[in-house]
Amino acid sequence: MHMADALLSPAVGATFWAASGGAIIYASKKVRLEIDEKKIPLMGVLGAFIFAAQMINFTIPGTGSSGHLGGGMILAILLGPYAAFLTIASVLIIQALFFADGGLMALGCNIFNMGVFPCFVAYPLIYKNIVRDNPTAGKITVASVTSSVLALQMGAFSVVLQTLLSGRSELPLTSFVLAMQPIHLAIGVVEGFITAGIVNFVRQMRPEILEGAAKSRPLSGLPIRNILASLAILALLTGGILSWFASSFPDGLEWSIEKVYGKAELPESVHSLGRILGGFQEKSAFLPGYDFKEPSSPEDAIPETYKPEPWPAVSAGTSVSGVVGAALTAGLALLIGFALKKKK
Amino acid sequence: MASFDSAYFDIKYLDTLSYKDTAIHRLDPRVKLLTTGIFILTVVSFSKYELTGLVPLLIFPVILVSRAGLPVGLLLKKIVAVSPFAVMVGAFNPLFDQQVIAHLGGVPISGGWISFASILIRFMLTVSAALILIATTSFPGICLALERLKVPRALIVQLYFLYYFIFVLMDEALRMVRARNMRAFDGRGTGLRVYVHLLGALFLRAVDRAERVHQAMFSRAFNGHFYAARRSGITCQDGIFFLAWAAFFVLCRWYNISEIIGQAALRVMHMI
Repeated sequence: MHMADALLSPAVGATFWAASGGAIIYASKKVRLEIDEKKIPLMGVLGAFIFAAQMINFTIPGTGSSGHLGGGMILAILLGPYAAFLTIASVLIIQALFFADGGLMALGCNIFNMGVFPCFVAYPLIYKNIVRDNPTAGKITVASVTSSVLALQMGAFSVVLQTLLSGRSELPLTSFVLAMQPIHLAIGVVEGFITAGIVNFVRQMRPEILEGAAKSRPLSGLPIRNILASLAILALLTGGILSWFASSFPDGLEWSIEKVYGKAELPESVHSLGRILGGFQEKSAFLPGYDFKEPSSPEDAIPETYKPEPWPAVSAGTSVSGVVGAALTAGLALLIGFALKKKK
Repeated sequence: MASFDSAYFDIKYLDTLSYKDTAIHRLDPRVKLLTTGIFILTVVSFSKYELTGLVPLLIFPVILVSRAGLPVGLLLKKIVAVSPFAVMVGAFNPLFDQQVIAHLGGVPISGGWISFASILIRFMLTVSAALILIATTSFPGICLALERLKVPRALIVQLYFLYYFIFVLMDEALRMVRARNMRAFDGRGTGLRVYVHLLGALFLRAVDRAERVHQAMFSRAFNGHFYAARRSGITCQDGIFFLAWAAFFVLCRWYNISEIIGQAALRVMHMI
């Protein structure tokens, strides 16, 4: 569920860069204060562990497909939230660079979606509250599954919001949510059981690792309380919005089908967020001089309220030159590339 | 994600590429990082329906690839193989946005197809920029740049450690996967139970290794700081590289260069 550069607007990208950057600075300070030296290489090794683990597949029973570990929750459980957050951030940075998973602009979003939710929401609010001070295998399993599911649901919903706020995709909110949330519910359950399995395995073999991790992370101090409070509100909000969408399920489905056939009456509530936010700008930028009047049947089917956004800076007359120029420019770029290569 | 062997091979290969010695490789990591950042910002800042205006930006990856002597085939393969999320989401645009907004030679083109094409071009540009950055800068180089750009030390140290351990632990994981697969007939033993135990064992080995590494580093007076041999300041070449590209990106942002070239070409054709 890596958010991608291509779907992102600069405003959304920058906002989440700022949020994740702030979280990184905060977590770094905390880690420096509380960490014992042994944890530094452990963080590095666990990051690499997640990496290696993601490349080992297992067969999902009953289906032909295979899955792998995502890793956010297990790091939070084994390292504590701050060290885990930095580890997740570092894994995502390497994925963005070496695999181009997501991209550099979307890195802020990805760190937020896959780091903040498991470490600063699901772990302290769900996992810690279920397991408390006397962990048993059963409690760990229940806690891991619940918190993994919650973290992934919030992360997936966050991807949806980021995409819609950016306004690069036409996918309406309802359909997007309906596509993302159920898939990530399934992923979350599997992820939770794997996490529980590993944690229980480690607890059996080397209980001191878990005890060490549990001790060195007091969630005291004022700032984290504030953060948690606001994140709790966010979580409630997310839950509320989610249930609202769940109840409007048939609506959304009908709507998307109608829209595909081009004869939809758009209910106001399912306008994509980006469209609403962008609406004012688009309307003010709309040039009445555009010649859209060429009659063709699919155009007529679209209701009057569904005015198109203009294609900025391109009118019908000049678009041919635009395409010609683009082809020439691309050719030129490739030629330059070859020329420079030969010179070497 | 790709199969284990190929993913591992790709990391190692990109890492090897980054130790070449070309004019691009010799540039200061900070300069490359910032230029790539501005490039990506420029690409994503174009409006949703922009198509032709994005094309001139192709020159940036093309020149870097050819000057740095990077293998074009591998980069293209990686771009295609990379997570298809953006492409999948973008593919819905033609379905939901059927309003015709342009005509090309009499063929009506809907806004959805144009914005989908725009997403594909953005995808290519941003992904290639990130891959080129790592292939010309090396990971320690990027860490050095981040350190000088005042990124918190804890994260930098973590990145260094992660980078070094990836290679160690991947070998370990690779051996375990091979062992499992050789013992698995008809898919038996590749299920969740064995998987969890496999990861548990891998985890314990990793922890033991971390312990040994920590002791080794501690006895060699590791104080949380990494020292790099190649430490140079910003040179004149770095300055020119940065300013020239930044100027070019701004130019691309304000003027549709494709449009201008196209108009000129059409005018020439009319004259003939």
